[in-house]
Amino acid sequence: MTGFLFENAWMIPALPLISVVLIWIFAIRSTTRIAGYIGSAAIGLAFLLTCALGVSYLSSAEEGAAAVTWSIEWLRYQDHLVVSLGTLIDPISLVLLFVVTSVSLLVHVYSIGYMADDKGFSRYFAYLSLFTFSMLGLVLAPNLVQMFVFWELVGVSSFLLIGFYYTLPEAIAASKKAFIVTRFADLFFLAGILCLGFYIHQFVVDQEFVIASGTIVQNTVDTQALDFATINSQPVLDALKDQRGLWGHNLLTIAVLLVFIGAAGKSAMFPLHIWLPDAMAGPTPVSALIHAATMVVAGVYLVARLFPAFAAAEDALPVVAAIGCFTCLFAAVIACTQTDIKRVLAFSTLSQIGYMMLALGVATAEHPAGFGASIFHLFTHAFFKALLFLGAGSVIHAVHSNEVTAMGGLRKKMPLTHATFLVATLAIAGLPPLAGFFSKDEILGAALDGEDYLIFGVGLFVAALTAFYMFRLYILTFLGDEKSAGATKAHESPSIMTIPLVVLGVMSVIGGWISVSQFVLPAVELHAHVTVMALSVLAAGLGIGAAFWFYGGETNRADSIAKSAGGLYRLVQNKFYIDEVYLLLTKGIFRFVAAPAAWFDRHVVDGAMNLSATVVRWFGAKFNAFQTGQVQTYGIWMVNGTILVLVFLWLVQQ
Amino acid sequence: MSWLSLLILIPFATALAVVATPDSKWYARRWIALVGTGIVLALSLVMSVDYMQAVQERGNINSLATISQMEYEQSVPWFASMGIDYHIGVDGIAMAMIVLTAIIIFTGVLASWEVKDRSREFYAFLLVLVTGVFGVFISVDLFLFFVFYEVAVLPMYLLIGVWGTGRKEYSAMKLTLMLMVGSAFVLVGILALYHAAGSQTFDLNKLATVDYSKDLQQWVFPCVFVGFGVLGALFPFHTWSPDGHASAPTAVSMLHAGVLMKLGGYGVLRVAVYLMPDGAKEWALFFLILTTINIVYGAYAAIKQTDLKYFTAYSSVSHCGFVLFGICSLNLMGFKGAVIQMFSHGIMTGLFFGLIGMVYGRSKTRDLTKMGGLSKRIPWLAVCFYIGGLASLGLPGLSGFVAESTVFLGGFFGNAWIDPSTMRICTLLATSSIVVTAVYVLRGLSRVFQGEITNPEFEKLQDAKLPEKLCTAILVASLVIVGMYPPVLIDLIEHAIVPIANRF
Repeated sequence: MTGFLFENAWMIPALPLISVVLIWIFAIRSTTRIAGYIGSAAIGLAFLLTCALGVSYLSSAEEGAAAVTWSIEWLRYQDHLVVSLGTLIDPISLVLLFVVTSVSLLVHVYSIGYMADDKGFSRYFAYLSLFTFSMLGLVLAPNLVQMFVFWELVGVSSFLLIGFYYTLPEAIAASKKAFIVTRFADLFFLAGILCLGFYIHQFVVDQEFVIASGTIVQNTVDTQALDFATINSQPVLDALKDQRGLWGHNLLTIAVLLVFIGAAGKSAMFPLHIWLPDAMAGPTPVSALIHAATMVVAGVYLVARLFPAFAAAEDALPVVAAIGCFTCLFAAVIACTQTDIKRVLAFSTLSQIGYMMLALGVATAEHPAGFGASIFHLFTHAFFKALLFLGAGSVIHAVHSNEVTAMGGLRKKMPLTHATFLVATLAIAGLPPLAGFFSKDEILGAALDGEDYLIFGVGLFVAALTAFYMFRLYILTFLGDEKSAGATKAHESPSIMTIPLVVLGVMSVIGGWISVSQFVLPAVELHAHVTVMALSVLAAGLGIGAAFWFYGGETNRADSIAKSAGGLYRLVQNKFYIDEVYLLLTKGIFRFVAAPAAWFDRHVVDGAMNLSATVVRWFGAKFNAFQTGQVQTYGIWMVNGTILVLVFLWLVQQ
Repeated sequence: MSWLSLLILIPFATALAVVATPDSKWYARRWIALVGTGIVLALSLVMSVDYMQAVQERGNINSLATISQMEYEQSVPWFASMGIDYHIGVDGIAMAMIVLTAIIIFTGVLASWEVKDRSREFYAFLLVLVTGVFGVFISVDLFLFFVFYEVAVLPMYLLIGVWGTGRKEYSAMKLTLMLMVGSAFVLVGILALYHAAGSQTFDLNKLATVDYSKDLQQWVFPCVFVGFGVLGALFPFHTWSPDGHASAPTAVSMLHAGVLMKLGGYGVLRVAVYLMPDGAKEWALFFLILTTINIVYGAYAAIKQTDLKYFTAYSSVSHCGFVLFGICSLNLMGFKGAVIQMFSHGIMTGLFFGLIGMVYGRSKTRDLTKMGGLSKRIPWLAVCFYIGGLASLGLPGLSGFVAESTVFLGGFFGNAWIDPSTMRICTLLATSSIVVTAVYVLRGLSRVFQGEITNPEFEKLQDAKLPEKLCTAILVASLVIVGMYPPVLIDLIEHAIVPIANRF
């Protein structure tokens, strides 16, 4: 891969970074919308560059080719552990680049309208561009450390954006929660990096030794242990696969699972999902971009990046599949009971990311269809979920409330929003020929081919649940009567907000017609599953039917069911009280670790220091008594002392 | 004459110039101090660039060298009969520390722009103190090293005792006594090495060629390690630090946490580890455990603090633990990480204490629970505080990450003298502090800056003035430059670390 575009792929993340700097220097105090235009222009250029890059990749590179097209040395730990910043171009990074730049562009444009009256308009765009820069850097990372660097940077931009309304207590709390929970997961990611770094480094150094003795002619001098190319290379995986380390366990499995915990934190997999629903405290376009379309799929991307390593490690992928599958179900169940429009979407995001994870989990090195399906779903989901969030934003903007209980009847008042929202709802429910249908079908097909029947069954059930809760949301929001004054006065959003909705709507329709999985897996022959298609459409139909039966009619059947379920319903509605468990844990740490540590330091450690000082002073005071000032006393001591010394010397001589 | 001597002559001359100003012209003093330290800062930057060029011209240094290669060397006999020389020179580690010191003292003068009370003595002591610090970093002769070390520690007593706040006499006394006891240990150690080497010389590199017996290293190493460790806030000898910092005036806190605490790590690396590798191998595990406690315990203790200065002081205890932890890894990455952390933490904590001073000057309180919503009124200071906080929780793109990730890798790679499992458990424990740090930093900062303004008095606060902006901007820029482009620091120090690492 050569050519101007490839060698200058760094410009794609650099553009939003330039935008951050420009906004911060020139526009931060500006009351105009200039910051929005700067940000949108920069990301627009990045989007065009990405498209150009994609076109030249398709036309010039071999199918499935991967190459680091640009890099500079960044952090030199030691030989074979030199971290470079670079751009890795391959099918999955191109897919992600397209997703990130396109959704980010639309969100930027939308936000010009959505945030128009906000005092923090410029600051908002600076943060949004910062996020885009970080996410693009993450996508292009050719090594694990660069991945981690940008991983943390997206974390901090997410923190800044969730806490954007910095005077609201719930926004402050949510931003801290998001940062700390993902940081906790990153700790394991870091441990995984340390593990992989150490053992691969050892292997590479051994190889070099072999070269020195002349048996292998292969240049490993420039091999860096933490490059994805090294980690995923067959000799390294073969060497690591059977190595036992760390108290006798399979080393590769431990290392990749540690990395997976990091991925699970960012992608809000159970039980590290608790931050994502709260993250909805940020402005709604932010939720669309970060907490639905891009950042939260970073975990999926990370696992996909390290897929050969996961596949080579014994028992690693089943864990991924299990966590993904459980989250998928768990979140869908909760989504059925929430009344905050953004929270429903948040749990739906969790559930959909669970799909992506389980797709990766059911793939194997020999049958990687699930890998392609996962990236495919990531691609389609980005568009319809961003659309759902932006649509929700448009509704919230009009109604001034997040609660579906305050909405209703918006179909006529907001026709464009309604139409696009409906498209997205149909897409996520998996009805043909919309985007979600194709990608979900591939995931279910992959599960079936892998003979993971339980996972297939759960997947199918969740497909029905998804259709159910999405239509529940749709009915409560757009159909029926207006349930509040806000809903009565609602009107369509300005065109700067509706145009992005329409674009995303188009993508939610045609997104599934692009064969992303074939692009990602050019060597694999993929086939359609007619039975799976039929079953998933049936499931979706059942879900939609149930939603209309419960919520569509005059009588509220849902409430009576909820009442009769009583405690169980409350358990689900309160998200199985997992947040409360965490709260108890953290309180415990404060009370039983932090407070004692602080007390111990002030009283025991410092007390010991002060005690030694007191002892010295006491002796000082005692010896002070010798200093009487009387020459006679000094004389006596002197004579006595001299005699003692003489006696001592005499004894020694004897 | 070597250029290096200027590094001690200029601050000292500036101190004399400050003393010579007439009583009525108090504002002249700050300008004199600013110009003097500005020259030093410029000089240190020019010298470090020049040093890098010199190293590059020399080409690849012998990768098996075990003796530090000094530049700008100069040696003048002092007490010739005892082998004491005025022998100065620097390698990359010292150069990095000199740049750090120059940055901190320059910004420290800016941060104490409004000191009017006995400003003559204040600036004079501050400059004498920094003369001592520069002296330590340029000394090759250990006796000279020790003399400067004492010069650096003593003015602290007066600076805290006179210009401090709160229980200043108690704190000043505690700090000075503990550091003095530490330096007594150091002196004993240095004299023991001098004696064992035949009482001919105090020259560091000559002492390094001597093979000390294992028995000697066995007891001298811990002596020197603990002696310097007191200054580097080694658990359990760190308790002077919270009290000392809490009572010290702004510039003194900056200088003390930013630079003086680094003398501890520097001394451990330069004297204890470099001269006594066998002792280090023997004691590494013991000190590794102490430093792990430092890191974790300091972080947990910080969570519960309500005074901003105590908060930062405990965070410093935790972060300085990384320096000593890295050194205890006894490998290239560990040492490298330790030195980067010295630089990074120096800047970061300088920024913190500077900002605390500025915030305190406005809000008249350092109590976290009484603050809130300040970012509305003082956005500049709030942003700088957040950047400092993010650096301290190891956010990539700021210098903390560069340092900490190197230390973690060094720890995980370990060495042949500590059982790998123990080493890794300690490393993972140390790594876990990144979460705890995130907890206390975010809690603390959101308490102070976010939310609604809690006290109507705060509505009247003014944001940073020009000297304050300059001060914080320089420190933030340093954090960002090292974090964004680590080679600026790594290229400077790497050649100097190789000889030390080669001894293991």
